[in-house]
Amino acid sequence: MIRVSNLRKSFGDIEVLRGIDYEIEKGEKIVIVGPSGSGKSTFLRCLNLLERPTSGDIWFEKTRITDKKVNINAIREQMGMVFQQFNLFNNLKIIDNITLAPIKHKLQTKEQAVESAMNLLERVGLKDKAEAYPSQLSGGQKQRIAIVRSLAMNPKVMLFDEPTSALDPEMVGEVLDVMKELAETGMTMVVVTHEMGFAREVGTKVLFMDDGIIVEESNPQEFFGNPQSPRLKDFLSKVL
Amino acid sequence: MEFFDSLKAFFYSSIIEQDRYKIIISGLKNTLIISFFATILGIALGMIVAVTKYFAKGNGNVILKGFDKLCSLYITVVRGTPVMVQLFIWSLVVLASWTHAIPVACIGFGFNSGAYVAEIFRAGIEAVDVGQEEAGRSLGLTRISTMKYIVMPQAIKNILPALGNEFITLLKETSVAGYIAVNDLTMAGSIIKSNTWDGRIYFVIALIYLVMVMAISKVLKTFERRLAKGDKSK
Repeated sequence: MIRVSNLRKSFGDIEVLRGIDYEIEKGEKIVIVGPSGSGKSTFLRCLNLLERPTSGDIWFEKTRITDKKVNINAIREQMGMVFQQFNLFNNLKIIDNITLAPIKHKLQTKEQAVESAMNLLERVGLKDKAEAYPSQLSGGQKQRIAIVRSLAMNPKVMLFDEPTSALDPEMVGEVLDVMKELAETGMTMVVVTHEMGFAREVGTKVLFMDDGIIVEESNPQEFFGNPQSPRLKDFLSKVL
Repeated sequence: MEFFDSLKAFFYSSIIEQDRYKIIISGLKNTLIISFFATILGIALGMIVAVTKYFAKGNGNVILKGFDKLCSLYITVVRGTPVMVQLFIWSLVVLASWTHAIPVACIGFGFNSGAYVAEIFRAGIEAVDVGQEEAGRSLGLTRISTMKYIVMPQAIKNILPALGNEFITLLKETSVAGYIAVNDLTMAGSIIKSNTWDGRIYFVIALIYLVMVMAISKVLKTFERRLAKGDKSK
């Protein structure tokens, strides 16, 4: 579904991604872990071109999205993204946060968009917050809304950039629950996280990134039970 | 008592006699007309310039880069020269064929204000968290839609106090319009003074400006409070 080939990204003189090759199949739940500064968020942000790669290619289904001629907005409609800082639109009510994009893309009429938004809100238990503004919600609520906002576009894949890192500890669970539920629906997911429990439980593949490359990649049992590289062993010994 | 008698005499000769208050009213009207249209022109120009500069940043498009350069030149020139000199250039050179002074003044002040408003808008746009735009773009919204529905509304809320100050400055700055033969409020004072030889008329003029400025401040405060509704806890 997503294929990445020799992806490199530099910020000034610093090369953050130093050649990444990877292929994500439909329905997979890829969990990316690694120390901070390892390039995992940058990698994720390259997948929908929020960061433009310095070199290398990314294919989404049959489209080479790194081609300058590709309409990236049409691609992004199909790739949802959830941010560490939630990034709900502060000037809009929750219901408008969710329905803005589907309405502007003319995927749905306003009535349809509101109806499906309310259904999604019900699924995450926040139907009563439809008329609230983002500033009136807790971090966990904001992040659940952010997930709903992405889902309202009916994406084919969901990208999560450290979705629980900015949350108070007691709110991490409610967000992970929504993500687990989403995983059960068969959604293709790419998740950058520090939640090792989530990686073990939900991931179909776990990737360990360090210093701009994928150091190790395997299924969760192997990854946590039988790590190969010294760097991963060292990392796991610190976080587990 | 002498003081009050003299004050009464002043009021009579400067305001009542020969319907001189009518001069003030028509001057006030012109000041308001110029301020109003200059403000609108200033906001329009300022917003266009700020958005152009925002879109030109990190975009390789040659046409956009050209506009960006033009905008920078505009800001530099306008902010680097006195408004009165600009006004003379409008009225004596660029728009010399226009017979009415008020439209010239509207354009002159609006063009001037636009450069300052552009900088205010730029700061306001930059103050909006970059995550807001990223979220918009990640949903497949274009840069223009993201600007229109998400970034700009928040930017306007940020800059309202600064924008208010700019309107107030503009309103007071129009007092030099008399130099290009506009009978504005200040000019009305001068006309009356030249008839009565009583400089105290400028107290009246000052008071009228002050009341207008206070009224604008009040309206803006109310407006700000209403807009702040969305982010109480932030």
